Amino acid sequence: MLLECRNLAYRYPGGPYVFLGVSLSVASGEAVGLIGPSGCGKTTLGRILAGYAAAAEGTVLLDGKPIPPKGYHPVQMVFQHPEKAVNPRWRLRRTLAESRMPEAAELRRLGIDEAWLDRWPHELSAGELQRICIARALGPRTRFLIADEMTAMLDAITQARIWHAVLAIAKERAIGMLVITHDRALAEAVCDRVVTWDRLSIG
Amino acid sequence: MERHYRLTRRFMPGNRMNRRQRSAVTAVLIAVLLAAVSIGAALLGQGGLNTHLDMRNLPPSAMHPFGTDWLGRDMFTRTVKGLALSVRVGLAAACFSAAIAAAVGLASAALGKTADRLLSWLIDLFLSVPHLVSLILIAFVCGGGMKGVIAGVALTHWPSLARIIRAEALQLRAADYAHVSRRLGKSRWWVATRHFMPHIAPQLLVGLLMLFPHAILHEAAISFIGLGLSPHEPSIGIILSEAMRYLSAGLWWLAVFPGLALLVVVRSFDRLGEHVRCLTDPRHARE
Repeated sequence: MLLECRNLAYRYPGGPYVFLGVSLSVASGEAVGLIGPSGCGKTTLGRILAGYAAAAEGTVLLDGKPIPPKGYHPVQMVFQHPEKAVNPRWRLRRTLAESRMPEAAELRRLGIDEAWLDRWPHELSAGELQRICIARALGPRTRFLIADEMTAMLDAITQARIWHAVLAIAKERAIGMLVITHDRALAEAVCDRVVTWDRLSIG
Repeated sequence: MERHYRLTRRFMPGNRMNRRQRSAVTAVLIAVLLAAVSIGAALLGQGGLNTHLDMRNLPPSAMHPFGTDWLGRDMFTRTVKGLALSVRVGLAAACFSAAIAAAVGLASAALGKTADRLLSWLIDLFLSVPHLVSLILIAFVCGGGMKGVIAGVALTHWPSLARIIRAEALQLRAADYAHVSRRLGKSRWWVATRHFMPHIAPQLLVGLLMLFPHAILHEAAISFIGLGLSPHEPSIGIILSEAMRYLSAGLWWLAVFPGLALLVVVRSFDRLGEHVRCLTDPRHARE
């Protein structure tokens, strides 16, 4: 499978273009790093790929076909701020089950303690919540994962643990990954190839 | 220290309850009190409402704890029955009002910009008219009586709650987890009922409980000026309005006890609302 975008452009209504002519492709099982300065539009690109925003121009294709707007989106995204991505009035078991309930082994692999599942979101740290969000995004029908500064809030040891687990799961299930980060060292450590934003956009 | 702790636990068992448990206990007690008023009114029978001209204008005593009025009717029976009637009217009016508020608030957030502008304008319009004036008008148009009071209170008290619900729904619609849920293949309806309802339901419940005392007070006010319930129904408003005529004759118990009872019930609902809000917030869940 191949996720690609061709000549994407984005702008806020009435404003100038944030970026123009962005083309990028990610293959199944491949991890692509995307680095660029703050505010350049990396996150927006991720949101367009995952169906959260609509591009002003250009197309997003999965295996040459546009992605249907309804139903489970095969491109899932993990956000920078996990505390906003979970419903504060749901216990985490319910949040996790929104995609599907992972098996105990997968939870352990991502470092999720079973006891967390009966807690409320405000009773977990950001790092713990992020693992829940990752597990939720890795549902059985997920083909591509956009990791937007996924571990920026974590210490180095936890970062390493999460990346090891996520990369192993992605390789096993042939999930393609787009790793959005400003940290070049991280991108080079976890990705098969790294793309720099200024090579990508003419905006 | 250990001994002191044991002693405290032994002699002040209340200390073992935390704020959340105290809230729950208080809320249940208040609900029981309000239920007792309604059930008590049904059990008291019509006997106390009959006129006994030989027992007119008696001050409070063991037999008539709230005294008797100028027709020899037992004021305790009249007060309890009046309260029960007020609670019924208040509950109906508050429920209707909350239903309108929920519908308008959710529609405003869900149906798009034009609908939102229209409904916001409607909310502002209703808020700009002093609600007592429109309440009197509506009650008058409906021909007075219980229906008029309920319709009047329901139709004038929804805007502020609708505004709160609308704001809440707008905020929820923009939340990341609502978008995530849509990308996980959930329908708009699924997201609204599963994700939004847990946030809106407590607001609605608290709003309903806060509307309640308003409704009761307005019922009393409307009946007081003669546009509400008919005089043979012993509502608190009618009791108070009739008692005014006898206050200068020294029959203080005609107004004081029913008035106090009304205050207690209204305050109870206020407290109930606060406690319920506290209990439904997951941030207090582990206390």
